[in-house]
Order: sequence, then C-alpha cells, then structure tokens
Amino acid sequence: MSIDMAQFHQIFFEESFEGLDIMESGLLNLDMGDVDAETINTIFRAAHSIKGGSGTFGFSAVADFTHAMETLLDEMRDGRRKVTQPAVNVLLGSVDCLREMLTAIQDEKILDEAKVTEHKKALDTELNGGDNTALPSVQPTQPIAFENENAGWRIAFSPHTDLLKTGNDPVRMFRELAELGQIDITVDLQGVPGLYELDPEECHLSWQITVHGDIPRSEVDDIFDWVEEHCDLAVQDIKQTTQASSPVFDEPPQTAAIETTPPSSATNPPIVSESGQSEKINADKTPSAGKSSASIRVDTAKIDTLINMVGELVITQSMLSLIGEHFDLNKLDQLKNGLAQLERHTRELQESVMNIRMLPISFVFSRFPRLVHDLSSKLGKKIELQLIGEHTEVDKTVVELISDPLVHLVRNSLDHGIETPDERIAAGKQETGTVTLEAYHRGGNIVIEVSDDGRGLDKDKLRAKALEKGLIQDDAVLSDKQTFELIFMPGFSTAEQLTDVSGRGVGMDVVKRNIQSLGGNIDIVSQLGTGSTMAIYLPLTLAILDGQSVAVGDETYIIPLGSIIESINVTERMINRVAGKGETFRLRQEYLPIIRMHEIFSVPNAKATKLTEGLLVVVEGQGIRCGLFVDDLLTQQQVVVKSLEANYRHVEGISGATILGDGSVALILDIPGLVRLSNH
Amino acid sequence: MTNNQTIAKNTPASEQFLTFELAGEMYGVEILKVQEIRGWEPIRKIPKTPGYIKGALNLRGAIVPILDLRERFDIATVDYSPTTVVIVINVATASGQMVMGVVADAVSDVLDIRHDDIKKAPDLGTNIDTRYMRGMYVAKQGMIMLLDADKLLNPDELDQIGHLL
Repeated sequence: MSIDMAQFHQIFFEESFEGLDIMESGLLNLDMGDVDAETINTIFRAAHSIKGGSGTFGFSAVADFTHAMETLLDEMRDGRRKVTQPAVNVLLGSVDCLREMLTAIQDEKILDEAKVTEHKKALDTELNGGDNTALPSVQPTQPIAFENENAGWRIAFSPHTDLLKTGNDPVRMFRELAELGQIDITVDLQGVPGLYELDPEECHLSWQITVHGDIPRSEVDDIFDWVEEHCDLAVQDIKQTTQASSPVFDEPPQTAAIETTPPSSATNPPIVSESGQSEKINADKTPSAGKSSASIRVDTAKIDTLINMVGELVITQSMLSLIGEHFDLNKLDQLKNGLAQLERHTRELQESVMNIRMLPISFVFSRFPRLVHDLSSKLGKKIELQLIGEHTEVDKTVVELISDPLVHLVRNSLDHGIETPDERIAAGKQETGTVTLEAYHRGGNIVIEVSDDGRGLDKDKLRAKALEKGLIQDDAVLSDKQTFELIFMPGFSTAEQLTDVSGRGVGMDVVKRNIQSLGGNIDIVSQLGTGSTMAIYLPLTLAILDGQSVAVGDETYIIPLGSIIESINVTERMINRVAGKGETFRLRQEYLPIIRMHEIFSVPNAKATKLTEGLLVVVEGQGIRCGLFVDDLLTQQQVVVKSLEANYRHVEGISGATILGDGSVALILDIPGLVRLSNH
Repeated sequence: MTNNQTIAKNTPASEQFLTFELAGEMYGVEILKVQEIRGWEPIRKIPKTPGYIKGALNLRGAIVPILDLRERFDIATVDYSPTTVVIVINVATASGQMVMGVVADAVSDVLDIRHDDIKKAPDLGTNIDTRYMRGMYVAKQGMIMLLDADKLLNPDELDQIGHLL
C-alpha cells in the first residue's frame, strides 16, 4: 500500500470543486414549493463523492464537514425533512465554507478554523433544530469525555441496508475491534423505519465507535476491509478530531428519533439570521474566484474524432510514401491528389485539436445565478437572470480570462442598471428586472452580451461627470458612442456613492483593458430608461488566426484577416497630404491615414516607395481605420500564434510571431499598436 | 588549445565556462547556461528594437531573439563569416526562463575555472559598466572576461545597459 496518494490530489481537488459547483447550482435551482427529488439526489451525490474522496486522502476535517451536510441532504432526500429556504441558505454557506477549506488545503494555507466552526454550528443547529425540538438542551456540541486522553480512532460506521445480506455481521466486527482496545459505541437509530415498513433482513442502524489505545490505522482498516463497499466509513485519529472543528460525532445521539415522520416544526427551524448569513456568503466568495485549472476535461467524442483523423493521416502518409518509392512522372497526378488529401487531413486534425481546447461558455455563466441571487437580496432588488447560448464553445484560455470582467459587468448591471422595485413600478415597468447573459458566434468571434432592462446610461450625467473629473474638455463634441465609452476611462465611476458591490472606480477601465488584452473589444448600446447592453467581442481562440501575409522589402508580415477590410490600389487623385506630411487617402466618403510599413518599421529595399506602386491594405483596429502601405499581398493562411514575449518582450506594433512553411519566422502585426506608433 | 585548466577535475569549488571570441577578446559564460551552439543563419528582423537585436530565429518552434554582442558592446561590426556562431543561452528572469541567442565571432574552449581564481572585475571608471561581468580570469591565452548571462540578457535591463567596454 505504498502508493503515493499525493499524485491524485489534484484530480481530487478538481473533482471536488466541480462537485461544489454542481451542489451550488442545484441548491439555487431548488424550488421551495415543489422540490425535485432528482435535484436533491444530484446535490447529495456530489456531497457524497467529496466526502468519500476527502476521507480517502485523509482530509478528515473536510470529510467531517461534508458528512454533516450529507446527513442534512439525506434527510431531505428521504422526505424526512422539508426543504426550507433557511436550510438551503445554510447549505449554500456550507458549500462556500467547504470550497474555502479545500482551497486552503490545496494551497497549503492555514484554514480559518473559526469560520469553519461557525458554519459547522449552523449546520448542526439546522440538523438538530429540524429534527426534534424536544432536545434543545443537548444541542450545544458535547465534547466526548476522553478526547485528549490518549491515542485512538473514531469510526463513523453507517452500513448500507444490504450489509447483512452480504454475510457480514457488525457485531462480529465490533468484537474484533474490542480486542484492539477499549471501545465506546453509540448506535444511531435514526434510519430505522416504522415497524410495518421494517424488513428484518435490512440493516438500518449506524454506529459511532471510539477505540482507545495506540493502534495502527491498518489494523482498524483490516476489520472494515470486507464491508468497505457496503457502508459509509470514516476513520479518524482522535488527536486530529480534537483539533479539527467540532466533528460530526458531537451530535447528540438521537436515540429518541425513532418516529418516522418529522414533527411539523421542521419547516421553521431556529437558525442563524438569514441576512447575516447572506452577507457572509458574499465576503467568502471573493477569494475563490479566478482559479484556473491546469487540466481539462474533454468529451470522449472529441477524442474519437481525433483518433479517426490521425488514422486517416497515417493512411495518407503511407500512400504518399508508396508513390515516392517508385516514382515516375505518370504518378504525378496521384502525388498531387495525395498531397491535397494530406493538406485536408492536416487541417481537419488541426481543427479537432483546437476543438479539444474549446469549453462551453456555461463554465463561466454557471457562477452567475448565485451571484445574482446573493446580490439582489443584498441590494433589495428583484432580479431575474436569463442565460442564453450557454453551450457556445470558446477557447479554454478565453473562458478563464473572461470570467472576472464578466462578473464586473454583471455586478454593474445589478447595482447601477436595474432600479429598485419602487422605482421600476413608478417608471411603469415590471417589478422584477431582467439581466440577460447571452453568448453566440458571429464570424470568427464569440460575442457575449450583458444586457439589462434597467435605467440605462444617462448621457448628460456621464458628460457632466467626465467634465468634473477633467477627463474631457468643455467644448468636446462627443457622439453617443464616445459618450458611453467615457465609462471606460480610468478614474471614472458612475456610482454617486461608493458601494461595496461596485463602484470602486477601478472597474471599467480594467475590464476594457482585460478584454483588449484578449484581443477583444467591448461595445455599449444604451437607451435612457429602457436599459443597456454591453457586448464583448472576443476571438474564438488565441492560438491560431487566419492571416494574410504581405511583403515589405525582404520582410514578410502577417496581418490578421479579421482586421482587413479590403486591399486597394490607390491613384494619385485619391491621396491628400496634410501640411506636406501626414498622408491620407479617400476611400468612398472617408479620409483615412496611410501608414507606410517600410518607413514605420525601417525596412530597407522596399520595392514600392511611391504610393501608386504598392498596395494599400485597409485595416480596422479598435474602431480606427487606416491604410497600411505594403509592397504586395502574398498568401492567406492559418498561422499558429507564437509569443514574442516568451523569450523577449512586447514590441510595439507587433502582437506575436509565427513560423512560415519554409521554417522562417514572420511577425504578426498589431493594428491598434501600429496606429499608436504612427501617431508618435 | 591545451592547458592544464581543461584537464583539471571539476570540483564543486570550480565551474565550467564556455569561452568565445569577440574582436580578438575572450569572453566566457557559464556552460550550464548554454543550451546549444548553432551556425549563423539569416533570421527575421524585428522592427522597433535596438540595433543589437538582430532578429528572431525559429528554434524548433520557439521564437528566439538573437543579439549581436559586438553591437551590444559597441565594437565595430564585421560581416558574418562561416565561423560566426550563435550561442543559445538560457536566461533566468523574474518571470521564468527565457531563451536567447548571442552572436559571437567564434567559440574557442571549455574551461574549468576555480572560484578562487575568478578575480573581481576592476573598476574601470564611471563610464564603463561592470555590473554585467562576473569577474575576470587570467588564462594562458590571456584575460577572459566572464559574463553574467542573466544580467546581460535580461530584456528589461538590455536597454539600460551602458557601454560595457
């Protein structure tokens, strides 16, 4: 048994965090009036796997904590306890707490014990309070007498109902345990059904056993070895449990709870104040945000496609080598066909590999129901969240990096966009506001829209604010679009009062910068009184782009195809020179600046130095259009983006590099950067 | 090129240095920093970079910038010849490992140099910067300047370096 368990930790953490997400979304979806048994089952299963996993890896504090949640959920699942909002809130709080516990273990940080104890207490109160009001006096956790005395093990043994049918007898096992050392056993009769439903061949009991003495763990494990699959088992060192926050065993043994129907008081359990709890949730949430996992889960179908592709590729390769072996000119056609096939397969293979990196945007969206749930109650607003297009697939990197900016935008919508119910009724709107998150593909981009039917952006107010902050001049003439974009300027915050929800004044400019660093853009449409929409445009993937290679002198540059509008030959009549220097050309009704590539990058031996000799590639970047003057257009191709920063640093006007078919390096142009360069 | 240093056993108190030639002078870098030595081949220029950055090379899929030490040190440039080499060096920076290539006239030797034998770089006056030197070593062929690759090739500092010699 010398397997290094640490190698599985990462997987355990990933699965647990996934499980927590499932629990969270399940809890949020619970409808108090009409509880869906399957939802509770899902939540229960998630909790159960986390408990099992943490037990296996020896994270006993986590196992204990989850066990309490599981007990609560189990009772809900069996209908012995009603699902109430307070209970759900306690569970949501516990999910957060559990997430923190796991993060702490993962980062090897010290756990905030007090917080855990607090949550654990809330859980225990919920458990006991809902169960039997006749036992309130025993409710505070009772420390077990011998806790600090000596070494030993605590065993929570709850056999499945079919334990007896497998030929195992708990009594025998307890006798064996008793041989190891002094034991204390408490039986839990809670699971025993009424007499009429009772099947004597089924085991409904569970036990809490404490074995005292310096006993190796393996000996305890050996005894339970045979029944492991037929029971829920948690073995813990006594010393650890005393350190860990109030363990599950501290529940008073509920021998009195044999009755099959819970008392009606279950619907109204005395628990911690709800408002206090929801605030806690918020404060707890922030540290867990922004995690990025290093591994990725892939749909088997995608892997199968990939394997098929590789198979095809191998066939093509062997076909080509066969042609090559006895080559004569008659086989030229065959060779051409083979090469065409090879090209097709390679492209398909590339697409399938890229596909593996694609994740549905629901990975990001799934956190928003909780956010909206928590924030709306905090802000005293009624808000409904609509998610559209959750299955839209995006590159993993994009998924990871977009979630923080999105959170910010949604918070803004909730805080500033949606009005309070009174204001809404006064404005003749429905009391409940709607925030919509929508994702869809358009061209080579993914578009994510955050829209609300709130009060919209007030242009006059924005302008006044910008003037006050000295961000614009008095006489500045701004279009609607430009006015809205004021909110992206550093130091601009529309909130009149700072709240802790949004409006720290560091928000929107950072949001915009983050999105731009992903190669994306953000657009605002707003109508005063009816709401606003923020649309984020992002490239589908950051690893590959469609490029147009252009020649300038001896150099080859790649222009992202997405930013090219058209390529034209200019005539002398179209060119204007401003003060003899700044060159512009007329394209239909617009005058666009010309950037001479060979000048700005000081490339010698440019073939075309007169504007009429070369080509103007009309490009657009961040809303600015200009013409890039190049010698010639070469080919269009997909290029793999390589970072220049990996081994050097950022170079203005260049977004990266790629490797061409002949093995040489080509640089990829960064259009907004070029515009900035040419302005200097 | 035989001298007793190359034969000397490598003890913990000594280090191996790759020495190379630059305009008749000898320089050395820690051999553990050296990834490989390649012949010079034409590379792609990177615009808007200082002249000593000759461009970028495709090194098995990675884009590696190439730096000309002659230009870096303000020594008169010469046309690249068949002996011109690119020494590919691993540079440790704050953000992790980087790979860079430096152009040298020729590589000459690998020397075992005892730490005790490394002399502090002399104070060459205020207009000569010795921060990027680990020290000096006197070999039979003459003086060898031992460079600190991490400091010399750190992209953030590249621009700030004054004249080394």
